[in-house]
Amino acid sequence: MNVRDHLPAFLVMVPLLGSFLSPVAVSFGKTVRNVFFVAFAALTLLAGAAICVATFGGNILVYVMGGESFALTMPSGMSYPVRILFEIDAFGAVFIFCVSAAAFAGALFSVNYMERFSGWKRFMPLYFLLTAGALGMCATGDMFNFFVFAELASIASFGLTAFWRDKPEAVEAGFKYMFVSQIAAMLLLIATGALYGKYNAVNMGFLASVMESGTMERVVLALIISVTAFRCGAFPMHTHMTDACAEAPCGVTCLLVTVSQASFYGLVRVCYSIFPNLAGGGTVGWLLIVMGSMSMIFGVMMAVIQHDIKRLMGYHSVSQAGYLLTAMGVGLLALGRGGGMEGYGLASIKGGLFHAMNYSFCNGLLFLCAGSLYYATGTRGLDKMGGLARNMPWTAAMFVVAAAGISGLPPFNGFVSKWMIFGSGFAVHPILPALGMVTSVLALASFVKVFQAAFLGPPRAKLIAAREAPYGMLAGMGLLAVLILLLTLFPGWFMGNVFDNAAEALLRPQDYIRAAMGGR
Amino acid sequence: MKPLSVVVTSVFDIFAWFMIVFGVYVINNGHNTPGGGFQGGAIVATFMSFVLVAYGGKKFMTWAREGAYGALELIGLMAFFAFGCLGFPNAFFYNSLAIPHGGTPLSEWLPYCGTISLMNVAVGAEVVGALSLVVYYMYGSIRMVDTGAGMGGERGHDRFDR
Repeated sequence: MNVRDHLPAFLVMVPLLGSFLSPVAVSFGKTVRNVFFVAFAALTLLAGAAICVATFGGNILVYVMGGESFALTMPSGMSYPVRILFEIDAFGAVFIFCVSAAAFAGALFSVNYMERFSGWKRFMPLYFLLTAGALGMCATGDMFNFFVFAELASIASFGLTAFWRDKPEAVEAGFKYMFVSQIAAMLLLIATGALYGKYNAVNMGFLASVMESGTMERVVLALIISVTAFRCGAFPMHTHMTDACAEAPCGVTCLLVTVSQASFYGLVRVCYSIFPNLAGGGTVGWLLIVMGSMSMIFGVMMAVIQHDIKRLMGYHSVSQAGYLLTAMGVGLLALGRGGGMEGYGLASIKGGLFHAMNYSFCNGLLFLCAGSLYYATGTRGLDKMGGLARNMPWTAAMFVVAAAGISGLPPFNGFVSKWMIFGSGFAVHPILPALGMVTSVLALASFVKVFQAAFLGPPRAKLIAAREAPYGMLAGMGLLAVLILLLTLFPGWFMGNVFDNAAEALLRPQDYIRAAMGGR
Repeated sequence: MKPLSVVVTSVFDIFAWFMIVFGVYVINNGHNTPGGGFQGGAIVATFMSFVLVAYGGKKFMTWAREGAYGALELIGLMAFFAFGCLGFPNAFFYNSLAIPHGGTPLSEWLPYCGTISLMNVAVGAEVVGALSLVVYYMYGSIRMVDTGAGMGGERGHDRFDR
């Protein structure tokens, strides 16, 4: 058996097996539980990284669940694929790596962070289910399975959001998440059902090959865009996201960021690969740009006024999701216009993908830093913290790395991606770079506020005894910090080997279709 | 919840068992007829909600066994996963035991549909365990709200807030 052929299956099998076995592992005591948790998260990261490497050079991995052969997409003379199909190209691999890395970092962090709490029998299975759901969303090749994995992820999300059920805010946030995500799920199911009713198939590649531009398709596209944009937390559908980010345990919030990215992956896949004709018309591009710009501005403005550190980070997630939507909107518009604008579109997409990775690592690390502060001080209120840099030097240093990275200070990674997004955004409308600059400045201002309030100033009498986070938590944070520094130090390598491939894979829907149809 | 009248409990005593038999039938014939693991499992799991309605909360809590349902769920899930893995090296979930493909020595002892019906049984066991647990926990949380029972030993969030 060639392990490489079965990598897409392992990607989802490993976290699922982890989820099923966790209750047993928990009952064997603390050491077994911790080793199990970290080991399965590490295996997931290994599978994610291996998939990333396997997609280098434009390879598309196809995996058919239940087929006589893993690559037999159309058995018995079928004219379109019918089975559960995984299809991973370089574009999907970027998101898979982000999710699996954040899952590993969150697991390392949670080992110590969650030690004081009971409920591990519920926490670990849900954590792995969330990982499996997000990875499945990025790996799947059909619309119905996208719905299934999105449901898996959202059920785990609201379970984990309401994990501390003795806290009314957490229960409320979980309930809100459940309510709105179920409405979104039904809309997604209706859209999938409409496609199935007309085309007799739900396979993304096949749908892309026969997609028409009628009224029904427009309605379906509108439904899918609204659902996926909602799940990434775009303004004005962001309220569940900020509540969930504030109330979920910090290791989980780090993963929730990447789950919103998995929805973003779905949005981009649908716009660029399945509905390229409809989405390239200009309306969708402007819709994404307007939604993205509003998310950026309102997200960051709300972040500046927050006093709860996790809620502040939650609003930053909304703001960063806005950058990604804007980048992809600019890409759609520029590519659709033609006439020498394609270069701008491509640069915007590459910048958007780069920023997606920056966003997941930087915001993930910021949430972990917030968790570390909460662990040491017992509060999330910035007004109650102060002078912690002396007691928690590592947390302070990693906070600086993450904040500088995400607010786009040169020479950090965020600068590169934002530069690319807004350099090309200028070609569409000059107001876009201006909005981006304002957002970046406000983001920096809010991080300066957090740094000043939490780490600088005289130490508070109550917090004299605050200690640096334990090694497990620092290891989780360190992993993300190292990834950010790698992106900062070698942006050229990542651009040449990862994001170029990913953007090109996204812009070649014909290859995606051919792979789904068994090379035909 | 208080127990209902003797009429209800007597009817329950007689008919609840038929419901389980019917549920098991739906599980085992999922590959031939409408139904399968989830649907049959849901039918079997209604047994526990009927116990709760007919005999009331006190009896329900003495009969229900959280560990047993958890074990049923675990066994079902692991069996499902293992049957999926039987598909290797072809592909995950490949039906390697089906007689036209397989021809394994065990073939004549296994159902002709191969792993499909075995997976139905596994899913059935999982769903029986999980849905019974759902009823158990939902009733448990009502009790918790009413009486505060069951919170003992839980180390939650608020105790660490300063």
